[in-house]
Amino acid sequence: MSEIEAAIRENHPALITYITAGDPSLEDTREYVEALDRGGADLIELGLPFSEPIAEGPTIQAAINRALDAGTTPQGFFELVDDLETEAPLLVMTYYNMILQYGPEADVRPFVERAAEAGLSGIIVPDLPAEEADPLRAACDDHGLDLVFIVAPTTEGERLETIMSQVSGFAYVQARLGTTGARADVSNATHDSLARLSAYDVPKAVGFGVSEGDHAAEIIEAGADGVIVGSALVDIIAEHGEGDAPAADALEAKAEELKRGARRGGGVDVPEPEQP
Amino acid sequence: MSKPERNRDRDSEATFGEYGGQYVPEALMPAVQELEDAYERYVLENEDGFMDEFRERMRDFGGRPTPLQRADRLSDRYDREIYLKREDLLHGGAHKLNNALGQVLLAKYMGKERIIAETGAGQHGTATAMAAAHLDMPCEIYMGRTDINRQRPNVYRMRMNGAEVNPVTAGSGTLKEAINETMRDWATTVERTHYVIGSIVGPHPFPKLVRDFQSVIGRESREQIREKAGRLPDSVLACAGGGSNTMGTFYEFVPDESVDLVAVEAGGSSLEIDEANALAPNSATLSTGTDGVLHGAMTKLLQSGDGQIMESHSVSAGLDYAGVGPELSYLVDTGRVTPVSVGDDAALNGFHRLSNLEGIIPALETSHALGYLERAAGPAADGRAAKPRDENHEDLGDLVVVNVSGRGDKDLETVLEETEKRDLEAAPDVEVFDR
Ligand SMILES: Cc1ncc(COP(=O)(O)O)c(C=O)c1O
Repeated sequence: MSEIEAAIRENHPALITYITAGDPSLEDTREYVEALDRGGADLIELGLPFSEPIAEGPTIQAAINRALDAGTTPQGFFELVDDLETEAPLLVMTYYNMILQYGPEADVRPFVERAAEAGLSGIIVPDLPAEEADPLRAACDDHGLDLVFIVAPTTEGERLETIMSQVSGFAYVQARLGTTGARADVSNATHDSLARLSAYDVPKAVGFGVSEGDHAAEIIEAGADGVIVGSALVDIIAEHGEGDAPAADALEAKAEELKRGARRGGGVDVPEPEQP
Repeated sequence: MSKPERNRDRDSEATFGEYGGQYVPEALMPAVQELEDAYERYVLENEDGFMDEFRERMRDFGGRPTPLQRADRLSDRYDREIYLKREDLLHGGAHKLNNALGQVLLAKYMGKERIIAETGAGQHGTATAMAAAHLDMPCEIYMGRTDINRQRPNVYRMRMNGAEVNPVTAGSGTLKEAINETMRDWATTVERTHYVIGSIVGPHPFPKLVRDFQSVIGRESREQIREKAGRLPDSVLACAGGGSNTMGTFYEFVPDESVDLVAVEAGGSSLEIDEANALAPNSATLSTGTDGVLHGAMTKLLQSGDGQIMESHSVSAGLDYAGVGPELSYLVDTGRVTPVSVGDDAALNGFHRLSNLEGIIPALETSHALGYLERAAGPAADGRAAKPRDENHEDLGDLVVVNVSGRGDKDLETVLEETEKRDLEAAPDVEVFDR
């Protein structure tokens, strides 16, 4: 079992968090990652910013712009990861061109080697469908990294079958069509997708639109093993400025809320924290 | 480990050598595969008479075939036979309708209910809006803010034809950002919506689908030149942004090895790039780009060493793009297509020269091809003696076809502004512009 799969199974129901590295600076990202780790995140995705994030909604697009404006580079990103020490395994989420360009030629291997060396446990690439993934999959296999695939509401039939038969780490269940972004409710598509996937014995985590503890509870109750939260956390970062300690506190509190929600959905009795 | 089945044939078809492919979010894969299926059935196999209906509509609504005209004064100037393929005379004023009408009709055959498209110069948006009105489909166009400001007449035309125009403010507000936003819309609405991509870019099958709809340009040109000049041309010139007019013009000539195919890119203000700020003051992707993945395909790109896509620049909105069609990247690597680039100034001179000598006001995109003609074959300042041949391309030969991809009405404001800033040899007296 990979580190990622273990992190989900052993901390069931799991909380997976996403923030963009370098938003608003790599120094801040370090604080935020540690805060999320303390708050109960079981897996932490770090976005390596790419200039054309076609799968992202306005919130994460803005985060990526802030990170790029701050001069975030793949080198800086890996140096940050080099000395992060977290309980939760770390994944990198980035677009395929960033992976291809890391080495001197258009080749995925140097990136994967560096990711493994930095201690990352997996990679998620929103613009790399399974059909194009052979080179990256081979490199990840060689270095013991998971290559996590997304299952969309439109993924059906034979494609669903094959993607589910080769899940690496967990199945990233996209809760709804469209781009990332915090939403006020849990979509019907989430329930449909989880019902469709219930026969497969692989860890399933639901992302795209999850923003509150109550969503987490509902999603876990519907059969997911984990929830993935990004935009709601990025919103917190955006509200605070650079070098702002309260941002880390707010992220930690949000992670706690989400984790509590997830556990409630999983039937674990969790007392609400005492009101101050 | 097995992977989702892609049979061999299909695999080889999805790529041009190393280039092409389907680098799209999972949510779009089923739609892209549905389109592959529709492409094979309706376009390649003419199921339900699709291609017959397409050709008939291109004749009656579009005005095909377009003429191949001998340019008498240019022929004199360059001391060789110059022929112009007049895509500017196609309905809408550019080659874009060939593709837009084809795809909107295909969307109808596929049972889609809504059309979306990106646009740079506004020509593709205009063509899509016209086709959608003609075929009674609701239509939304995404267009960058910068482009909206520099191509206003086309924005009005789209609105007149009943399309919604959605401004895109991200980045530099040009074609790249408009494509990003259209892809996001598509990822949300994919079940009912068809994305009419505007050039030979994007995931397979778009590059082939668009090329096939555009290849009528070269098919007609090839027949017409043989009729008029009694032989194949020595060279064929077309401007290249994404490359749809380019591949459309070249495709039928690719097997004719005696015919040189020259893709003229936008050299902008300089070919130097500003790596630190990810800025390229040009759009010369084929000439200077490196391999990477953008908007669904592996192709040549203007990018930083890290892989960030650069902001490109050209005086011509329709060429202002950091990517290019994968098929052109491939044909450049194999040596079949020669890429050259022409800067803003030479393109503006090309614009004025054709307007002045031939009574044809060309699009600024097309003007790049005309700028190259001057550079490769133009007289030296002192008269008849030929200029040194362009170093990238020794000889255009005695019989040259230039694709006039569009007309320049949309560009008049930009040309006026840009001409006033410069001392252009081919521009009419600036007094003309005094109000
Ligand atoms: C008249 C004209 N020519 C050429 C182009 C460039 O597109 P492509 O390279 O796809 O032909 C455009 C794009 O808007 C255009 O309007």
